[in-house]
Amino acid sequence: MNIIRWIFYCAVFLSTSVANAALEIEISGGSAQQIPIAVVPFGGAAATNDNISDIIAADLNRSGLFRVLETRGMPNLPTTPGQIKYAEWAALQAQAITVGTVESVAGGRFKVSFYLMDALKQTQLAGMDYQIAPSQVRMTAHKIADIIYQKLTGQAGIFASRIAYITKTGKRYALQVADADGYNPQTVVSSNEPLISPDWSPDGTKLAYVSFEKKKPIIFVQSLTSGNREILANYKGNNSAPAWSPDGSKLAIVLTYGANSQVYTIDANGGGLKQVTKSNGIDTEPVFSPDGKWIYFSSDRGGKPQIYKVPAGGGDASRVTFEGSYNVSPHFSPDGKALAYIRNDGGKFRVVLQDLASGQVQLLSEGAQDESPSFAPNGRVILYATKVHGRGALAAVSSDGKVRQRLNDATGGDVREPAWGPLTN
Amino acid sequence: MLNQSGQNHSKISAKLFMSLSIAMLLVACKSTPLTPAKVEDRSPAPPTATKPVTDTGADANAVKEVVIDSNANNAGNNPLKDPNNILSKRNIYFDFDSDSIKSEYRPIVEAHAKYLLTHSDVKMVVQGNTDERGTREYNLALGQRRSVAVKKALNLLGVQDKQIETVSYGKERAKPNCPDEACYQKDRHADIVYEGD
Repeated sequence: MNIIRWIFYCAVFLSTSVANAALEIEISGGSAQQIPIAVVPFGGAAATNDNISDIIAADLNRSGLFRVLETRGMPNLPTTPGQIKYAEWAALQAQAITVGTVESVAGGRFKVSFYLMDALKQTQLAGMDYQIAPSQVRMTAHKIADIIYQKLTGQAGIFASRIAYITKTGKRYALQVADADGYNPQTVVSSNEPLISPDWSPDGTKLAYVSFEKKKPIIFVQSLTSGNREILANYKGNNSAPAWSPDGSKLAIVLTYGANSQVYTIDANGGGLKQVTKSNGIDTEPVFSPDGKWIYFSSDRGGKPQIYKVPAGGGDASRVTFEGSYNVSPHFSPDGKALAYIRNDGGKFRVVLQDLASGQVQLLSEGAQDESPSFAPNGRVILYATKVHGRGALAAVSSDGKVRQRLNDATGGDVREPAWGPLTN
Repeated sequence: MLNQSGQNHSKISAKLFMSLSIAMLLVACKSTPLTPAKVEDRSPAPPTATKPVTDTGADANAVKEVVIDSNANNAGNNPLKDPNNILSKRNIYFDFDSDSIKSEYRPIVEAHAKYLLTHSDVKMVVQGNTDERGTREYNLALGQRRSVAVKKALNLLGVQDKQIETVSYGKERAKPNCPDEACYQKDRHADIVYEGD
């Protein structure tokens, strides 16, 4: 048995004075019913390097649920509700209008104000003031976009969330965290040996991941803010597939102890190791159900790999996937009602979505080398790894399959292993 | 300098060091002070000497040098690295969807088993690998099957688990975008790795 060892590691943060996207995003498809919205350029916008209304418009556009109206050439560009001439916007069939201002205040900070107006009823739907540092401009724009999204769709927005992913550039691997729009990438850890399987703690402050820096897979947990990293598990053999429990108290992991891969749970502080699955085959890729009661995992105990579930404390496992001959890599929707996973469909690895109550299955991606599906924290979008012209890229698809995005690494490296972070306030 | 003649350095050095230490202790008990690292010239006198000198190497003050070479793992001195020695062969290749050891690789497994049995303080790691197809974690588990297969073959030849660790790199070292089966075949291997490799 190994004890936890503390290792201090200085995380390298890329400074971005002018924000460059780490990931370039292309969008295709769209919802049948898109909400027409005008995002009017904010007054005083020249004060900031990043244009707030542009970021809001890009966020709403990317969701596929909005038709963001062109505002250039409008005779009036209001910055407060009182200045809105609703007849002009009704001509564009706008259903909603966002107006706002930015002004410099003491201490090099900014005051950002915005209003969301119902264009037909001419009433206010939302309004907010922010006092922020320059480094918070982009995130504030994302928070405004989240408010707009929530007010108009009834669903929580995810524009202010973050994604983790791994890049490989030449022989160098890096685990990075970026805003959900691919901007503001920061390196959490980099290495000459592979890094795989990042998983966010439920409170969004830590990442668990697997590193091969000691020439074997070992699980680390690293604080995003301090850069402190500790070894969670370095038992004989493989240590991999970390998956945090919903309450953050433990992780499901996979160990081999010199034999076959089996699922264990371990306390977040490294104690309390407990074997959860017992089979003579491969049991791997564990995830907790959002209610914390079950662990779902991949297993070839029945011959070919399928997805099974077992009570989180251990017990008898039961099979979950019955369609297709090869299903692996389960990932839960935040509401616990659906499972995204990977099916080997005649040699093509594709993302599949299964409704757990009905058992109904939907093919969400084309393949052929898709893996690592990860739900956005509002359950509306699934991020996954794919290959485009032989290069690793990320892609996203809305849970109804209608809106697609592709995210390419702007620096030309391979991107893989995405993990969408939780909503944080 | 000691001539290691292809034997394990640390093992022979340890034995000589042990016997030397004991000899030095005995010398010390006779109250002869130890002079570190002093080599006296004990070569025989030229033939014109009147008194014959016998070189027995039994001088109590002579110190026999022991060289501990931490870089002993270099080709030529170490059978594990000697390209003419089967022990330098470390890769065992597998058929698709299989973890059985093909007969052509049996001699390699047997050679490493023999080495481990005669060097009980040596530890090695078997690293399993897969081709690129499939998810990373599932491939980690599949690669492990291959390293465990090698371990079990070594177990059958008498090697104990305490000398072997099995790990997997999964698909992390697979060639990307293989066009054909011949390319995939090269990724399906388990590798034997010794400390100091």
